[in-house]
Amino acid sequence: MTARHLVGYWMVFSAVLALLIAAPLALPEFWRQFLTEILIWGLLAMSSDLLIGYTGMVSFGHSAFFGLGIYGAAAALLWTSPPNLWMAFLFGLVAAAAVAAFVAYFSTRLRDIYFAITTLIFSQIFYVIIFTWTEVTGGENGLTFRRPALAVPGLFSVPFTSETLHWFVLAVVTLSYLVLRRITQSPFGMVLQSIRENEARTRAIGYPVERYKIVAVMLSGLFAGLAGVLYAIQNRFAAPDFVFFLVSGEVVIFNVMGGIGTLVGPIVGAAFFLLLREGFSRFFTEYYLIPVGLIFIAMVIFMPQGLLGFMRRSLNR
Amino acid sequence: MSDTPPQPLITVDDIHTYYGKSHILNGVSLEVGRGEVVGLLGRNGVGKSTTLKTIMGLVRPSRGRTLLEGCTITDFPAHRIARLGIGYVPEDRRIFRLLTVMENLRTGLDRRAVTEARKKELLDKIYAFFPMLAERRNQAGGTLSGGEQQMLAIARAMMLEPKIILLDEPTEGLMPRMVSQIRQIIDALHREGVAILLVEQNVPLTLDASRRVYIMEKGAVRHHALASQLRVNDAVIHQYLGV
Amino acid sequence: MAIDQLLQAIPLDQLLIQTVNGIVAGMILALVASGLTLIFGIMDVVNFAHGELFMLGAYVGVIVLTATGNFWLALVIATLVIALLGAGIHVVALRPLLGRDPLTTILATFGISLVLQNYALWQFGPVARKIQEPFSGYFTLFYLDYPWYRLVIALLSAAIIGALWLFLKFGTYGIWIRATTQDRVMAQAMGIPVPQVLTAVFAIGAGMAAASGVLFGPLVGVNHAMGVDWVLKAFIVVVVGGMGNLGGSIAASIFISLLESYASIWVSPAQAVIFSFVVLILTLLFRPTGLFVPTPK
Repeated sequence: MTARHLVGYWMVFSAVLALLIAAPLALPEFWRQFLTEILIWGLLAMSSDLLIGYTGMVSFGHSAFFGLGIYGAAAALLWTSPPNLWMAFLFGLVAAAAVAAFVAYFSTRLRDIYFAITTLIFSQIFYVIIFTWTEVTGGENGLTFRRPALAVPGLFSVPFTSETLHWFVLAVVTLSYLVLRRITQSPFGMVLQSIRENEARTRAIGYPVERYKIVAVMLSGLFAGLAGVLYAIQNRFAAPDFVFFLVSGEVVIFNVMGGIGTLVGPIVGAAFFLLLREGFSRFFTEYYLIPVGLIFIAMVIFMPQGLLGFMRRSLNR
Repeated sequence: MSDTPPQPLITVDDIHTYYGKSHILNGVSLEVGRGEVVGLLGRNGVGKSTTLKTIMGLVRPSRGRTLLEGCTITDFPAHRIARLGIGYVPEDRRIFRLLTVMENLRTGLDRRAVTEARKKELLDKIYAFFPMLAERRNQAGGTLSGGEQQMLAIARAMMLEPKIILLDEPTEGLMPRMVSQIRQIIDALHREGVAILLVEQNVPLTLDASRRVYIMEKGAVRHHALASQLRVNDAVIHQYLGV
Repeated sequence: MAIDQLLQAIPLDQLLIQTVNGIVAGMILALVASGLTLIFGIMDVVNFAHGELFMLGAYVGVIVLTATGNFWLALVIATLVIALLGAGIHVVALRPLLGRDPLTTILATFGISLVLQNYALWQFGPVARKIQEPFSGYFTLFYLDYPWYRLVIALLSAAIIGALWLFLKFGTYGIWIRATTQDRVMAQAMGIPVPQVLTAVFAIGAGMAAASGVLFGPLVGVNHAMGVDWVLKAFIVVVVGGMGNLGGSIAASIFISLLESYASIWVSPAQAVIFSFVVLILTLLFRPTGLFVPTPK
């Protein structure tokens, strides 16, 4: 039964992957970039799912990890000449990790609601710092920079095209998914889920719950930062808007809409939200958030398990 | 003219209740008649408290019905059930610790249908019944002793002018002097015409105070008899309540 | 000699002006935060939409003011209208979530805040509106003419909070609310209509937010995003003051506002906000249950 289930799972996975690989060849430019953006936001949402869906910690701080990933990459891309892809990753991930460590240290001792509010306030702290520290971060206007080439120094250097960038992003996101899946199914992941089910009991059994939570936050922050780096490469600008807590809120919306605790659910949720936004903004221009927001509220009340929630068990084993 | 039996006050009809995955109540059925004192005995964990909570609407059964005077109340919210005339005195008393004695009583007393005169009447009656509550009327509930809190919990339920009071282990943890006071209160309530469903570990007290007794085991009623019969039936008592 | 120089460096008059400013801002923040802390303390609901209720209150105030020219009427009507809106929101979106994971209410109120914010943007446009002060007039505070209105706001806020406290202490509804807070299940068993009580509490919190919006309106422009800054500060206050602790959030509001006012003598207001953040971090490190809460046993 399990073997057959696994085969089925990997078949679906390969089919979806194949579709995503072929897509940029068939889609017009706008939708090609749109799809790439969905993947990036999906990665961000997936990173958040590690905390929300598996550890049971709702974080409104992911905009900080994401934003610092963008700014870190921006710094690398502005300082290195020619702009170096791998330095961008390095800087972005280090920046995100630093922020994650900071947030983790203060917030993991707090329970649920306090944790959520504190992460929100922290992301605002970073927003204010970035917004006002104009000399370093460009303040309100942000930073613009050039896209790096896919390069291995000394060997080759190929500038990204829209298609190759898409495939690069797809590769990173797919790898991240596989890694996260491995993590959630490992003994470590099992402890996280046990913390979500019943923190007191997990602690009573003897697990150092705080330490697990800190690691979870750091991992989550790292992958969020990774999404930020990808975003920087894709869009070539950094702005404080990405650090604003509303971005965190949107990430949580992706998670809930797609189904928490499924890893792929949030990616679907991101796609769903972005498509809705695209669709509604044809009719409502800037006020698309009214109908989308209403749909979100309705989903929280009537469909709390999200779009893929019903598949939660099968997606996890 | 046919001799139809009077409609019972409370009917519990084949209730099944789950806590998560555990099947706590496995087909409980019982009845309490108007003004009757009925005992509910059983070892710890058989589901006596859950039965009371189900009647009170604090726990929803997955199957079965509860009825008040023939009217189905299974899905009613607890506050409506309380207003229909069912009072509840829970196992751990659960008085409002930060409210004064007076305020505790007022949670039951302040109902729209009740005139100010009647409220005063009820209060005076309760204070006569429980003089030590009268002394402490402005004290915070949490400062009362265990026995006093038990009195307050019962008094509070009486403020609802209920047709029946669900008493969950009222004598637990009380000194013998207080236990006999509880006994007297049960009698007094009975004289007033208030029915009582009494869950207790204190078997002699229950057999003495009740007219009929149900005995539960593993989530269902296993034995039902008049208290008078059970008083002399040591075998049954030993079997289900095994001391 | 050094002391003289030091004293010269500290702008005493500015300090005193900022003290008054700080207290005024603190009282308004206290009014907003107490609505939030009431809702959290009694209902365990983190109301993300609180800033939007504040903002919509200000807008209703603008509308009524434009129509009638009477500031006080605007204040009363805005409070009532938004209280009703709050009740409506609770019945439709939050009551169905009673008994579910508290995460869902955070999400629902977040969604509501997005909808309300954009609704305001849609209805009123991005240009800020102005509420006229009900009376102008200054008194001299050192070399500055300090507007009477600001003092009045502070006093009114204090009065409203005081009225709330009295309401909770006495009166049947106050008892019901306090009983529901202490033991929701037993309150139901006593016949208290808990769902209605919770809706009423939410409505009261909403009304308080709306009142702050109208009172504060004349000091800033009224626009769709005005709630966002305030809700953040209010959350900081609620955490620093102790969740669900009314007295604590008032003390914390004044404390934080004073801190920011003093800071703004030397740095820009945007950066002054960092001081509140620092206070929050320190609180979380050393007294996570709240700075003004007695250490739990």
